[in-house]
Amino acid sequence: MESSVATPPAGPPPRMGPPKSSNDAVEASAAWRLSDRIGLAICWALGLLFCAIAVAIVLYLMVKGLAYLKPSMLVTPATAGFSQSQSGGFSDALIGTLIVAVMGISIALPIGIGVAVWLVEYGRPVALARIAESTIEAIAGIPSIVLALFGTVIFSSTALGFLSRTSEGVVFGRSFFAASAMLSLVALPLIVASTREGLNAIPHHVREASYAIGKTKIATTRRILLPAARPQVATGAMLGLGRIIGDTAIIVVLLGATQNFAPVGGAFPINYLRGAGTTLTNFVYEASPTGNLNQPEKAYAAAFVLLLMVLALNAAVDVIHRRARKVGTWSS
Amino acid sequence: MEEEYLPEYGPKWSDQRAERMLGALVCAVVGLLLAMIITVFARAWPSFAHNGLAWFGAGGSVEEQLNQIYLSGLSGANYVYTFHGWQLIWSTMLITGGAVTIALFCSLFVSVFIVEFAPEWMRNILQPVVRFLASVPSVIYGLLGVLVIVPFIGNHLVTEPQKASVAGVISLSGYSLLAAVLILTVMIAPLMVSIFSDGLRAVRPGWLEGSLALGVNRWRTTWKIAVRTARPAIVAGTVLAVARAIGEAVMLAMVSGSVAFAPNPADGLIFIYEPSRPLAPTIVKNIDSLGSPPANATLFAIAAVLLFSAAFFSLAGWVARRAMRKYGATA
Repeated sequence: MESSVATPPAGPPPRMGPPKSSNDAVEASAAWRLSDRIGLAICWALGLLFCAIAVAIVLYLMVKGLAYLKPSMLVTPATAGFSQSQSGGFSDALIGTLIVAVMGISIALPIGIGVAVWLVEYGRPVALARIAESTIEAIAGIPSIVLALFGTVIFSSTALGFLSRTSEGVVFGRSFFAASAMLSLVALPLIVASTREGLNAIPHHVREASYAIGKTKIATTRRILLPAARPQVATGAMLGLGRIIGDTAIIVVLLGATQNFAPVGGAFPINYLRGAGTTLTNFVYEASPTGNLNQPEKAYAAAFVLLLMVLALNAAVDVIHRRARKVGTWSS
Repeated sequence: MEEEYLPEYGPKWSDQRAERMLGALVCAVVGLLLAMIITVFARAWPSFAHNGLAWFGAGGSVEEQLNQIYLSGLSGANYVYTFHGWQLIWSTMLITGGAVTIALFCSLFVSVFIVEFAPEWMRNILQPVVRFLASVPSVIYGLLGVLVIVPFIGNHLVTEPQKASVAGVISLSGYSLLAAVLILTVMIAPLMVSIFSDGLRAVRPGWLEGSLALGVNRWRTTWKIAVRTARPAIVAGTVLAVARAIGEAVMLAMVSGSVAFAPNPADGLIFIYEPSRPLAPTIVKNIDSLGSPPANATLFAIAAVLLFSAAFFSLAGWVARRAMRKYGATA
């Protein structure tokens, strides 16, 4: 007795229990039209291409870097020489990168946290909050070469002459102070965004509980909210560090032109910080075939060291995330 | 937590005082940005004022003009400001346009793959890969471009007859539009992927389930529902990538050839092998002439153009993201 009611197609018996995850295939792509399957194939191809590019970059730099990197390069400064074997290493660049990273992040972190706290916890007048938000976004969108040019204006002014080399009233304007100050602007938006995310994730009842036992807003922020948002703050700091270490334009304009430290008069740490210097990115830029040094072997070695730093920062972000997830999230 | 109340947070860190201090900090950051915009445009003014709209036009060789400007500044009087930046602007447009077009296509597929179709293990590989590609410093991309991509193009892709055909005009050595576009694509695609996948994840599951319940397959559902709903995120990611691409200086200074030349697509496919130089690398390459007042004004004028375009695209991205609220998606 055939009716118009369609009989269910014969197939495998229905699966028992819920699907394991959203990714548990609900249908086989074999049943799709050809055009859809071609699209899926493009997805796979491009996904694998991304992986291949990343693997190629790491492997290629590792092979070249390990081939040319000698431990002595890490401890000898660059010297003038005719061949790549004579011209020393890049210890000054390595130390310069560390100096710039430490100084840049120590300027950016307090400012970034302050701005984020104000935006999330205070945020009044609303108009100022709007303006501040778009300011941070605008800073994130400004090309670093423009920041660098702005830096030349600030740090070449006579009022700030004590931060860099000055001769006969002309302020040189190139120093670790100048470069770090402008680099902190590169890191600032990342720190603000990450800290805001962390503060916003804390549910309101936590704040209310704190107010209820008589704490002021700022005490709550310092004692409860910021410690709770520490993983996100740390993530922002790591991302910011990565940008500071990787930036080249600001270094070339506000620090470099030399491959060695050029200390200026003054007490010990200050004389180096006031002087010009170099970082790994600047060294790679100058040592590449288009730069002034043209020592590709050393460029590979320095680039490998730089890549290791970036990979370490990425790993640090991963560890922070995993730890934060283990601690768990707020129940609301 | 009961003994946490410490008196020094009372009078010293009173709320009003803290709020005022933080507010002042925020105002200082805002003021800094304003000062930067005003400074850059003020410094750029002589160059714009002298050239007018011809600044953006074509005419003569930019190299020659920059040299004249620089030399006139050393002599003291009679500053020369004549500058026609079309070659640089055209190069910026070609490289940015090419890279963003390719990256848009790739990123869309990859983010759909990450969000919807990749098996768990593939997703766990792809997400760190995208993050890694986004964090590689541009100078490393530039180095790999100069030492790997450029020689490959110069030795294997450009044929001898092609080199001979333009020998009198420009030399095709591999420093080319093609190299710049390819590397810039790899640099901006991860940025787009992360914003696109945030947008795709924010699509309401109910809408997708509704489509699936109607018997539409997952591929069609993704493209017809998820991607369309996430359109504002796609616009936002694209404009941010454009802003990033316009501002990229160091990598392009290394691989684009650093020759002020406007490749002409009407010449046939050979134009992708021709060298050029966008706006941002011009600043890096001429940074030593900052001491000459007219050269200083010209470089700040280039910076002002970059700043204006970056601001324009940031604004466009912001508008797009506001439009997204209507869809209940946030990114």
